[in-house]
Amino acid sequence: MNASLLAVDSVQWARAQMAFTLGFHIILVPLGVSWAFMTLIANYRAIKYDDTDALQLAQRWSKYMAVTFAVGAVTGTVLTFEFGLLWPTFMGRFGPAFGIPFTIEGLFFFTEAIFVAIYIYGWRRLKPWAHFWTGVPIVIAGIGGAVSVIAANAWMNEPQGFTLNRAGKVVDVSPWSVIFNKAFPYEGAHMLAAAYVVGGFLIASVYAMGMLRGRRDRYHRLGFIIPFTVAAIMTPIQMAVGDSLARFVYNNEPAKFAAIELVPKTNKDVPETVFGHLSANGTVSGGIRIPGLASFLSDPATGKNTIVPGREANPALGANGAAAVSPIANGPTIAQANVVHLAWDIMVGLGTLLALLSVWYGLSWLFKRDYPKTNWFLRIAACTGVLSVVTMEAGWVVTEVGRQPWIVHNYMTVTSAATTNSGVWLTFVVILGIYAVVGVTTILVLRGMSRRWRESGDVADSDVPYGPSDSGILGGDAPQEVPVG
Amino acid sequence: MTNATAVVLFFGVTAYALFGGADFGAGIWDLVAGGAERGERPRALIDHSIGPVWEANHVWLIFCLVVLWTAFSTAFSSIMLTLYVPLTLAALGIVLRGSGFAFRKAVTRPRDRRNFGAAFALSSVLVPFCMGAVAGAIASGRVPSGGNAGDPWSSWINPTAIIGGLLAISVCAYLSAVYLVWDAHRIGDTDLSEYFRRRAVVAAVVSGVIAFIGIFVFRTDATYLYDGLTSRALPLVVVSAICGLVSLGMLLRGSSMWARLFSIGAVAAVVVGWGVAQWPYMLPESLKVAQAAGPTGTLEAVLVVFVFAAVVILPALALLFTLDQKSLLAGEGGADQTVAATGKPGAPR
Repeated sequence: MNASLLAVDSVQWARAQMAFTLGFHIILVPLGVSWAFMTLIANYRAIKYDDTDALQLAQRWSKYMAVTFAVGAVTGTVLTFEFGLLWPTFMGRFGPAFGIPFTIEGLFFFTEAIFVAIYIYGWRRLKPWAHFWTGVPIVIAGIGGAVSVIAANAWMNEPQGFTLNRAGKVVDVSPWSVIFNKAFPYEGAHMLAAAYVVGGFLIASVYAMGMLRGRRDRYHRLGFIIPFTVAAIMTPIQMAVGDSLARFVYNNEPAKFAAIELVPKTNKDVPETVFGHLSANGTVSGGIRIPGLASFLSDPATGKNTIVPGREANPALGANGAAAVSPIANGPTIAQANVVHLAWDIMVGLGTLLALLSVWYGLSWLFKRDYPKTNWFLRIAACTGVLSVVTMEAGWVVTEVGRQPWIVHNYMTVTSAATTNSGVWLTFVVILGIYAVVGVTTILVLRGMSRRWRESGDVADSDVPYGPSDSGILGGDAPQEVPVG
Repeated sequence: MTNATAVVLFFGVTAYALFGGADFGAGIWDLVAGGAERGERPRALIDHSIGPVWEANHVWLIFCLVVLWTAFSTAFSSIMLTLYVPLTLAALGIVLRGSGFAFRKAVTRPRDRRNFGAAFALSSVLVPFCMGAVAGAIASGRVPSGGNAGDPWSSWINPTAIIGGLLAISVCAYLSAVYLVWDAHRIGDTDLSEYFRRRAVVAAVVSGVIAFIGIFVFRTDATYLYDGLTSRALPLVVVSAICGLVSLGMLLRGSSMWARLFSIGAVAAVVVGWGVAQWPYMLPESLKVAQAAGPTGTLEAVLVVFVFAAVVILPALALLFTLDQKSLLAGEGGADQTVAATGKPGAPR
């Protein structure tokens, strides 16, 4: 391929770059949001019950967290630049509304950056309970930050709180209405729960792996139980939140819903199609069809008689300063609808699997007062980290691809929002390379830390970002661990 | 209200220059500290003093970008549209720098440390240059407004932008060296203090020379900026020059605390001076601040969040910086705070 060929469609490259960098960053988000909470659980145990295993766990977790937080901060910064670099027209017009949740996110991010440093830094220098409390703002800021970003994303799905003048300029903005848009409560709760589910399973899966390798000491047991319990509690809640979000989409975003359920024509008694796809002529082929289930799930009150809007049912639009489009063109294309549907099946399928596993775990606690002791349970648990990440990525594909062709639903298309800069393919390739290196290195560095600590049986302050340096070089004050008294 | 929001934006820009800039400067000194053995002590001091605070300092950049795109979205869009090359380079540099710094602290093998250290240090030069060039491009009126992109190359490869880039590098190095003199002084390391003092003097002189050359360059290449600097912003230029000279004098006399305060004054005055010089334009002679400003509701939201931030963030930042400074004190080898704090010596578990 030569450069001019690559440069043809800057929109597709911009899309690819945004999707890739967001898809990368979203893996770090759950760790940034929920790890601090789990660390504090361990920290609490450590102080309350004078538990040295829990203390060691909390100390090590805070240090791994520092690495993932640092990588999350820089990949998040790239996204900040990309809003302007890739979508200048979108930001130029809708920045005054879309930007508002981000100003609040900035506030939370600032808080998080400060207290992550204080918490990691404070292990040796603050009194145990005072130190514990410096971790609490991290948890709050993590929740607030994630929810703020989701408010902006929800606004793209349900834009409100602004007025356009004749020229299409945003002239009047109501910040509350922008932030608390219709989709916000559902999407916010869904992503927040996802952060705890994914964070919990990711961390637990590492310790499950350790236990399968024979490290069945109390330290590994705690390292497994704390995050797995958090995830197992959140997973059923997440199912319920997801269900109400789906019903919200049914009521408010018919085009997305038609793609999710693979519904070509508006009808009642619509079957739920598992897998399958839309063929070029717009009819459903393949897959397993469960009669009437899509209608039933859309509104159990009316059951099979519930009317589900099809792809052709979207209202044609020419208002809002956006170009007039036909009903079909107002929603995802056939190819996009197939992506949305597949991603939906993956999300619901894996989510159900994780929920069943959570039930198994819960029952085991109820009757045996312990986690299921079979290796099969641990083997599956060891996979939950990757599985839950895939589930989350699939959910994100549903909401983003399902909104196509719009960047701001019914107001601005992705195509008209994108940069015309013909060099995006190049930045995309460079970013792909850099992120691959950063991703692999992050994992290697975390594994290296773990191996080093296992060998030395101790953890030093000096070897983490934000932590005070090994001041032995600077004289005195060699790092040392102090058990919490 | 527009003016207040513009002040908030420039407050962020100044804070980023002072705090973020010093962190970049530390990376520059890391780069030129020499081989592993010779550079070990200065690098350790650099790690020691920027370690805990650098992420918080980095957030000022996010603050500036978010305020710019929310409150002055048309200006943000125009800047991104024209200056995507230096801004993309800066974004990539920030990834390499942040992850390089984090990873370097988390690995032990010398070869790994060197590689991550190199990524950190090289991007510490790249990013300030790009940021300075972006400032120069804007100030010299090369970013058109109204959805038209300026030239992607000549907009930032021109005399004013290059002066901006070089000045940013030297100012970062200068600020950082002055801070490090103070940090070394506090832990009682006279060798390192002297080491950074010599470098601070060099960086101060270089910055002064670049700024002086800049005035002649701006006169022909950025006339609006030049007119502003020699009229509205003249007092600030004078203040900056005086502060710079005093800080240099204090460095030569060995008074590191005063040198630090005056260096902050010199840099802050120059950054604010830039803003005043191009007033009332956001993008000189094509987009005024008032034209770029978003609707009232948006500006109100930004100001409210800023006030809230001032109440919540500033005390937290103060706490962080205080703890950071305390660690330097502990490094003097005096009282062991850990013992005092927990009531137990560091016994093995």
